[in-house]
Amino acid sequence: MYKYNDFDTAFVTERNAQFRAQVERRIDGSLTEDEFKPLRLMNGLYLQLHAYMLRVAVPYGSLNSAQMNTLALLAEKWDKGYGHFTTRQNIQYNWPKLSDVPDMLDALAEVGMHAIQTSGNTIRNVTSDHFAGAAADELEDPRPVAELIRQWSTDHPEFQFMGRKFKIAVGAATKDRAVLKAHDLAVRIVKNDAGETGYQILVGGGLGRTPMIGKVINDFLPRADLLPYIESVVSVWNQIGRRDNKYKARIKITVHEHGIDDIRARVDARFALIRPTFTGADQDLLAEIKTHFVAPIFRSGGIETYDVAYKADPVFRAWADTNLAEHRHADHAIVTISIKKHGATPGDASAEQMRVMADLAAKFGYDELRISHEQNVILPHVHKSDLPAMHAQLKEHGLGTANIGLISDIIACPGMDYCALATARAIPVAEQIATRFDELKLEHDIGNLQIKISGCINACGHHHVAHIGILGLDRAGVENYQITLGGDATWSAAIGERAGPGFAYDEIVPAVERIVGTYLEIRDNADETFLETFRRVGMAPFKAALYPEAIKKVA
Amino acid sequence: MTVIVTDTGFGPDTWTAGYGGDTALDLPSDTDPVQLVERLAAQVQMIRIAFPSFADGRGFTIARQLRLSGYKGHIRAYGHVIADQYAMARRSGFDDVEISEELAARQPEAQWLARANWQQNDYQARMRGGSPAAA
Ligand code: SF4
Repeated sequence: MYKYNDFDTAFVTERNAQFRAQVERRIDGSLTEDEFKPLRLMNGLYLQLHAYMLRVAVPYGSLNSAQMNTLALLAEKWDKGYGHFTTRQNIQYNWPKLSDVPDMLDALAEVGMHAIQTSGNTIRNVTSDHFAGAAADELEDPRPVAELIRQWSTDHPEFQFMGRKFKIAVGAATKDRAVLKAHDLAVRIVKNDAGETGYQILVGGGLGRTPMIGKVINDFLPRADLLPYIESVVSVWNQIGRRDNKYKARIKITVHEHGIDDIRARVDARFALIRPTFTGADQDLLAEIKTHFVAPIFRSGGIETYDVAYKADPVFRAWADTNLAEHRHADHAIVTISIKKHGATPGDASAEQMRVMADLAAKFGYDELRISHEQNVILPHVHKSDLPAMHAQLKEHGLGTANIGLISDIIACPGMDYCALATARAIPVAEQIATRFDELKLEHDIGNLQIKISGCINACGHHHVAHIGILGLDRAGVENYQITLGGDATWSAAIGERAGPGFAYDEIVPAVERIVGTYLEIRDNADETFLETFRRVGMAPFKAALYPEAIKKVA
Repeated sequence: MTVIVTDTGFGPDTWTAGYGGDTALDLPSDTDPVQLVERLAAQVQMIRIAFPSFADGRGFTIARQLRLSGYKGHIRAYGHVIADQYAMARRSGFDDVEISEELAARQPEAQWLARANWQQNDYQARMRGGSPAAA
């Protein structure tokens, strides 16, 4: 875990003092509302439908128990007792008072946290693989690089008033768990044929109203070139990216309009100027940052208690089958705690639940926690013999749901319940789908199936890359839900295909049921996932199930 | 009349040659810095870059590109720049900021002086072993 040094602490303290003054200067009229807006946004404060929302950064989703306990404190003391984990591995508080926000930021600073650049037209909080440091398939822990990027991007003087936001993700594993191809810029730590480690850089991915898959701009970048290269990309885009239309401002449109080769040439020219300003201090910093991320000393010991519980207890077994992932040490497991209890708001955790998870991390998990972009909480290192005891405690606090990767493990954006831009509700749709499939007792049989729901075309719920994507629109004042099928959020990324006309609010759950029913009927065998089946058979059978009347008319 | 903001606060404009001659350039925020640098004449001593809105941050990139390309003359940010952007402007290579009297009245000198410590708490300087981004 990264620990703030004197510089980081002094920086955040100064920044919080500046924000406190900005709030006062807004009140005394020194700053107009227009001027205050980007300043509060770059400090994480967003205006929602009913109130302000504070989005706190959890850099690359990594935190320790003290930090999680502080998140619980914020929920209890200044909000309504809960927080919402987001698809950018952050946490949002939906009901803070403007006058309390400076105190909330000071409380965060005490545990080395902040809300800087979680909103606004800035380089956003950098995300990464939520299994980083534990996964068996990673080349190295990507978090030191992510932390270096966090420091470089923080308060970067050139990039605080850009045309739009800019999102960066870092990955280092064979499997992509960070949705790399849907980012403005993605850094993939790779090895070349000569066995050297370097970076593959992708640009121009993104969701929103014009979904695009990121393109490779540099196939192998030497390690020391990373920051100057990223800086060159952002600098070129800050200059030539469109500012006439906010929906055409993201770098994906710049890349689309200019072509990747033109962008690459511009970046290379700028890189020639910027590279000499980096003389190695960044590499020393990276080496120092790496010392913060050394793996814990993993304890050894038998795993009989695990084996016994697995055989004897079907509830534990179901949970172990879905919520555990392979750790690089065979006697440990990566535990995903579901924040997707059936019928509850996906990603919402109460202060009490946060404390329970913090305690479990301190007791069983080498004091480490992660937030996933799928809005769950992860304990990356748990010895298998501790799992039965841990599971028992999770169950007691509504955290024992066994549904990771299953149909009820839904990503949903805040939608009409909170968001001022929403055109439809998203959370209640997620709750109803989860409840329905829980009643049907089918979800374990269905297997891996990702549903993602957005409450408007901005696509914060990632519906484009869902196996079943749901987009809530407004059709003449009535909610209407469009379905896309076959999206993929991993390295084989794909944008889902639209199935046809949308469905009314009360038709959407039955429509999902028809899709799933069709899949169960036509899959080759129980091992063929929904996505595999879709890729094999295409849209036709699902369309037939979704729109039986249309088929009749043709026949 | 406008007000010139430097690290020591508010002051009058001491650039008397205006922007009509060949020693000074007055540039809009959509200037392409690459083309600008290619054509930059040796006698230019003053480049003023417009901020039509404080939200238009392209000027920061232009100033920085000028510095990286070796321009040693004066660079001034002109227009709607707010006190909160003073440190960014200085770190990007601007020497000073030119604002209207109306803005200077709304955001008085003390609010700008509060950002005169732009050399402190600078992640970019750390990344580059001590020098600010544009140096
Ligand atoms: S997708 Fe739309 S409704 Fe949902 S959070 Fe984003 S902007 Fe709001």
